[in-house]
Amino acid sequence: MSKITIPLGPQHPALKEPVNFSLVLEGEQITGSTVNLGYNHRGIEKAAEDRTFLQDIYLIERVCGICSHSHTTCYVTCVEEIAKAEVPERAKAIRTLVAELERVHSHLLWLGIAGYEMGFETLFMYTWRDREQVLDCLELVSGNRVHYAINTIGGVRRDITPEQKTAILEKISVLEERTGYYIKLATEDATVLARTQNVGKLPHAVALERGAVGPTARASDVKRDVRKDEPYLIYDKLDFKLITHNTNDVFGRVVVRALELVESYKMIRQVLNYLPEGPIAVKVPAKIGPGEAVNRYEAPRGEDFHYVKANGTDKPERVKVRAPTMANYPSVSYMLDGGYLADVPMVIAAIDPCMSCTDRAMVYDKRSDKVRVYDWNDLRKYGIEHYKKRGIDFSKK
Amino acid sequence: MTIDHPILLSLFYILIFPGFVFLSVYGLFLQWLDRKLGAVMQNRVGPPWYQPLADLIKLLAKEVIIPDACETAMFRTLPYFAMAAVMTAVLLLPVWTDALYSFQGDLVVVIYLLTIPTVTFFLAGWSSTSPYATIGSMRVLTQLFAYEVPLMLSLIGPAILAGTWNITELAGFFTTHKLYMPAQLPAFFVALMALQGKLERVPFDIPHAKNEIVGGQFTEYSGRLLAFFYLAVDMEMVVGAALVNAVFLGGTLGAAGLPGLAVFLSKTLAIVFLLTLLRVLMARVRIDQMVRFCWQVLAPISMAQILLDIFLKFRLG
Repeated sequence: MSKITIPLGPQHPALKEPVNFSLVLEGEQITGSTVNLGYNHRGIEKAAEDRTFLQDIYLIERVCGICSHSHTTCYVTCVEEIAKAEVPERAKAIRTLVAELERVHSHLLWLGIAGYEMGFETLFMYTWRDREQVLDCLELVSGNRVHYAINTIGGVRRDITPEQKTAILEKISVLEERTGYYIKLATEDATVLARTQNVGKLPHAVALERGAVGPTARASDVKRDVRKDEPYLIYDKLDFKLITHNTNDVFGRVVVRALELVESYKMIRQVLNYLPEGPIAVKVPAKIGPGEAVNRYEAPRGEDFHYVKANGTDKPERVKVRAPTMANYPSVSYMLDGGYLADVPMVIAAIDPCMSCTDRAMVYDKRSDKVRVYDWNDLRKYGIEHYKKRGIDFSKK
Repeated sequence: MTIDHPILLSLFYILIFPGFVFLSVYGLFLQWLDRKLGAVMQNRVGPPWYQPLADLIKLLAKEVIIPDACETAMFRTLPYFAMAAVMTAVLLLPVWTDALYSFQGDLVVVIYLLTIPTVTFFLAGWSSTSPYATIGSMRVLTQLFAYEVPLMLSLIGPAILAGTWNITELAGFFTTHKLYMPAQLPAFFVALMALQGKLERVPFDIPHAKNEIVGGQFTEYSGRLLAFFYLAVDMEMVVGAALVNAVFLGGTLGAAGLPGLAVFLSKTLAIVFLLTLLRVLMARVRIDQMVRFCWQVLAPISMAQILLDIFLKFRLG
C-alpha cells in the first residue's frame, strides 16, 4: 500500500485548539509524524512587560483557561519572592485549596475528553455533568467558574467562610463517590481497556530523556511531582501519595489521573480542616526589585515554570512562561510513531494538551526547512512592513 | 377507495407504502428515537421530535459543493443507488402482512441488497480522492468483510431450523413454533452487533470516526447528496430492524392490516431500543480489534447456533 500523508489539524474535530500533526500513514499504521506548533501565539509575555505587576495577574490568568490558578500562583510567588513579602499562612492555605479544586476540575474535564476521543460519549456526558459540582465549589469560593482571580500580590482576595467550608465538603463527598465509579469504569470496561492498554507507549527511559512532566511522566513510573520534590504553599503540611503507574501507556495515564483525583479530595479536606486564623493578604509596594525569580509549580498537566525579572519600577522587565504541554510535546511524536491512526486522538489527548498556553512566537521557513524565533526588533520591522504594503506607515509616528 | 390497476399498485408500493414515504418517515422517526433515547441514557435533554426532519430539509436546501477531483457521474449518483437498494429490500420483508414479493431464497437477496449501500459508501469515499475519505472507504470495506460473515451465519441458523430460505415462511415458522424463538438468542445478539457495524454506529462507527478522519467516506459530500446518504442510512436502520424482526421474531406474528403494522412497529422499536443501548454502553473500538471481535467472537457464536439449530431440527423430525 502506498504511503499517504494526512494532516491532523490545525482545524480538526479531535483538537480543541490549533496545532498541526502531519502523519505519514501506511494503511492504518503511522510511519512518521511531525508536530507543527505556533498557530495561536498571543504575545502574552511581551504584553506583560507593558503592564504593572498587579495588572499582569489578570493577563497571566488568561494564559490558560483551565489551569488559570496555576499560572497566577506561579507568577505571584515569583513577584513575592523578589519583593521579599511574607504571605500569611491562611492565604497560602486558600491558594492550595483553589489549586486542588482546580486539579479536580481539570482531571474530570480530561476524563470526559478521553471518553470523547475514544468514541465513548456516555463517559464524556457523565464526567462533565459531575464536574459541575467542583465548578460550583470554585464559584462559591471565588465568584467565578473558570478564571478565579483569587490571587493578588501578597495573598488572596477572598476569604473562606464556615458555610462555604461545609458546602465544599458536601460536594467533595458526592464527587468522591462518582470518582469511585469512574475508576471502576476505566479499569474494567472492555472497550475502554481495548482503546487504552498498550496505546501510546512511553518507556521510562524515554520519558526521562524527553523530559516528560506531570501525569504523562508519572504513568511511565517517573516519580516527579513538584508538590513532593520542592513543596510550595502548604504542601509540606499535607499528607498525600505520589501516584505513579508502570504500564507506560494511555491506560496508565487514565489511572494516574483518576487516582490523583482521590488524593486531591483528601487534600481539600485536610486544607479545609487546617485553615489557620489570620489575615489573608499583606501589602506589597507597587515598585518591586530589582531582582529576579524562578518558580516551579505542579499544574494539573505537569510542571509549570515561570521566570520574572524586576528592575525597580512597577512593571516587570521580563516574564517567561513555560507551560507543561511544551515539555510533553517531544514525547508525543515518540508515542505516535508506529501506532495506529485510530489511536492518534487518544495519544494526543493523553498528555492533556493545552496548545494556546504553549505557543510562543516561532517562524517556520518552508523553503530552507528552518525554524527561527523572532525577537522584538524583528517583529516590529515585520509589523511596519506588513502595514506599509497596505498603505499605512507606522514608522513615521 | 382501492387501487386495482397493477402498475398503480406497484407504484404505490414503491413510492408510498412500504416504499419511499413510509421508509423515510419511519426512518427519520427512528433516528429521532435513537437520539432521544441515547440522550436520556446519557443524562441529556435530546432533540425535539422534528429535529431529524429539520436537519434533512436544511441539508436539502444547502448548496452542493463538488470538488474538482470528485467531479464524476459516480460521485453524483451513488446516494440514489444506496437509497434504491434499501427501498427494494423492504418490498421483500413483512411489514403490515406477509412480504409483498416472496420466493425461495429471498433471504439471500435481502442480505445482498443490504450490502449495496455499504458498497456505495466505499465507492463514495474512493471517488472523493481526499485522504480522509480514502481512509474512511478502506475502513468501510474492511468492516464489511468483518461483520458480513457473522451476520449471514446468524441468519442461516433460523433458516436451517425452519428449513426454508423464504423470509415469509421463516416468519410463519416462528409464529407457529414460538418456543424456538428463545433458542435463537445467541444468533439474535450476533445479528444486532453485526447490524451495529452495518449501520456504522458505536462501537463500530470506525469509517467516519470524526476524531480521527473527520467525516470519513462522506468528507467531500455536501448538501443534497449528503442528505440522501443520511436518509439512506436511516432507511437502512428500518430495513435492518425489519429483517431481524422477520428472521428472529416471527415478523407480524400472523396478524395482517393495522394490527400487523402495530406488531411490526412495536417490535422494530424494541430492536432500535437495543441498538441504542449498545451504542450508549460502549466506546469505539479500533478497526483491527473490530475484525478480531467479529471473527473470533461473533462468527463462532453463530456457528454454534447453527449446530444447535441442526440438532433441534433433527429432534423435531
